[in-house]
Amino acid sequence: MSDETQTAPVVGEIVPAPPREQAIAAFKTEPPRYAGGSRVPGWDDPVDLTKDPATIPDPATTEVPAELRAEIEDLMTRYPDPKSASIPALAAAQRLHGWCSPQAIEQVACVMRVTPGYLVAVASFYDMLDTKPVGRCRVYVCTNISCSLNGADALLDAVKGELREGDDIHARGFECLGACDIAPMASIDGVYVGPIALDEVPTLVDQIRKGEDPLPDKQLNKRRSVDPEANG
Amino acid sequence: MSTHLLFKNIDEAGLATLDVYVQRGGYENLKKALAMPPEGVVEELLQSNVRGRGGAGFQMGKKLSFLPKGAMDKYVVCNADESEPGTFKDRELMQKNPHLLIEGILIAGYAAQATKSFIFIRGEYAEQAEILEAAVAEAKAAGFVGENILGSGHTQDLWVHRGAGAYICGEETGLLDSLEGRRGNPRLKPPFPANQGLYQGPTLINNVETLATAPVIIDMGGAEYAKLGTETSTGTKLVSVSGNVKNPGNFEIELGMKSRDIIEGLAGGTPDGTKIKFWFPGGSSSPVLLPEDLDLAYDFDTMAKAGSMLGSGAIIVVDDTNSVVDVALKLAKFYKHESCGKCSPCREGTNWTVKMLQRIEEGLATPMDLDILASVQEQIIGNCLCVLGDAMAMPLGSMVAKFREEFEEHIEGARARNPYPEEAAA
Ligand SMILES: Cc1cc2nc3c(=O)[nH]c(=O)nc-3n(C[C@H](O)[C@H](O)[C@H](O)COP(=O)(O)O)c2cc1C
Ligand code: FES
Repeated sequence: MSDETQTAPVVGEIVPAPPREQAIAAFKTEPPRYAGGSRVPGWDDPVDLTKDPATIPDPATTEVPAELRAEIEDLMTRYPDPKSASIPALAAAQRLHGWCSPQAIEQVACVMRVTPGYLVAVASFYDMLDTKPVGRCRVYVCTNISCSLNGADALLDAVKGELREGDDIHARGFECLGACDIAPMASIDGVYVGPIALDEVPTLVDQIRKGEDPLPDKQLNKRRSVDPEANG
Repeated sequence: MSTHLLFKNIDEAGLATLDVYVQRGGYENLKKALAMPPEGVVEELLQSNVRGRGGAGFQMGKKLSFLPKGAMDKYVVCNADESEPGTFKDRELMQKNPHLLIEGILIAGYAAQATKSFIFIRGEYAEQAEILEAAVAEAKAAGFVGENILGSGHTQDLWVHRGAGAYICGEETGLLDSLEGRRGNPRLKPPFPANQGLYQGPTLINNVETLATAPVIIDMGGAEYAKLGTETSTGTKLVSVSGNVKNPGNFEIELGMKSRDIIEGLAGGTPDGTKIKFWFPGGSSSPVLLPEDLDLAYDFDTMAKAGSMLGSGAIIVVDDTNSVVDVALKLAKFYKHESCGKCSPCREGTNWTVKMLQRIEEGLATPMDLDILASVQEQIIGNCLCVLGDAMAMPLGSMVAKFREEFEEHIEGARARNPYPEEAAA
């Protein structure tokens, strides 16, 4: 589900033709192969049939931070079936570990009494749960229709362009974030900002880097209703 | 009388707190409902003829009356996933007036005799989820949520449940699977959630706006509410307008208002010097309409008759500086990304549609590809467990049908720019 945003070719722009061989080669490139000749990444290791099936982690040997345990246990009481807590529990573990690392999954599995495999299957379905290590601060730039009509693709490029090596920031394109009224917009760890002008991007990225409040004047929660009769 | 029922004084300071909400007469309608028999509440909702605001437009009262009677574990689930591109009305309502939604969930819960309720909010709405959580905690402390609510004997629990980012979790059965802690794959229907929903119990699922309308209906009386709007599309509707407009935002309108007055009046029309090329009347899943459709009344039936739908009430305006092919590709990529993969026609169909549109962009397509593209859409529609695939196929089909010339021109132009199409395709 979570393939990264692809960059679409710009339409209408006349691109000079590449050299003949290169053009043909580009169209004929083989899809990438992974280990073992597999076309699918992650499926390259053959199944080890001699291995024992994954089991629920042993509470005696699995260390779970007390706060995380308390949070998950509290979540589990809310539902008739405690398994319902798996997504909020994974989100809590991700907040602590930065991503749904094997260790994070193991800890949630231990508290919830489910197998790690079950949780990995769940986590990999959802865009906000990262099953690969990424930067801790998540910047989602909306690239859906209304935002892209207002320059979202350029915004995403600009944000990515401002990032430096060592930044603990994960900037990615995202589907409609439900804030098309402030297009083009981005969510910075859940704080919605927009409309973002391209010349504000350096300031914004700098604020994110320093952990400051991102573009305070442009935050959605400060916006009043535009309906002329809503406050009359 | 003002047609502002949900957005009345929406920016009033402190409205998100219980104190201000109660000062405004909040939770009085809950008391009024609790004093009626549950069937009486259902009857009011039936009379109001209010239709679901989440997309399908099914009558709320009717859905309620489908729930089996008798003592058993029943549930109310509020659909606050709001992931349909272009839609952002629930967000503003939850952020600014969370107690109205909570009161609505309690009234619906009483009518359904449900003991447990959940607000399934998309994970991206972190700020709104926090506001809701605080509001629910306040309502619990004040005795509006919990055991024996206000001495009525009705017990109802309420929790805010955060999702983690997946459009398909807005589809009601995908939502239920996600709420049960799994991947959000839709279920085979029937059984419908009203009979077998959350944890296999009877479940009422409604959109945020639909549930937030319940207190208004109890206040006015169903018959009075039904006088607003048109005969078959009663009441007011929150409309999210975005895209190429000067004044994007949410507007509360009476259903049946002229579409032009919404787009060109309230939302200010397209930027100076540009004209409307086409518009989505109900989110990106609705077939597109043209400038000549602007004089149509904005209500469920008129939109359906025009070959589109009111959907979630999200108008996306595209002006004539944009290429229809670009918009089609954006749209298809979204559905490809969000297809859960359970049903082949949707999983493969969305994938191939993106590939074919990319061929068009890259100059590898011929006009015949447009017919293949259209036939792929036909093979998706009606062949899956849920309508996510249809939600791509219908608008895409409408774009190809209404802008075929532009697609063909684009194919020609792109082929001309690509010097070696035959060799490359070979
Ligand atoms: C792919 C898909 C996505 C949907 N997303 C939403 C959504 O985000 N919010 C919503 O309220 N309804 C959504 N729906 C509609 C729900 O399935 C359901 O009809 C609705 O929640 C019922 O509530 P209502 O009768 O109050 O409209 C979606 C449907 C589909 C097929
Ligand atoms: S399209 Fe960007 S928030 Fe909706």
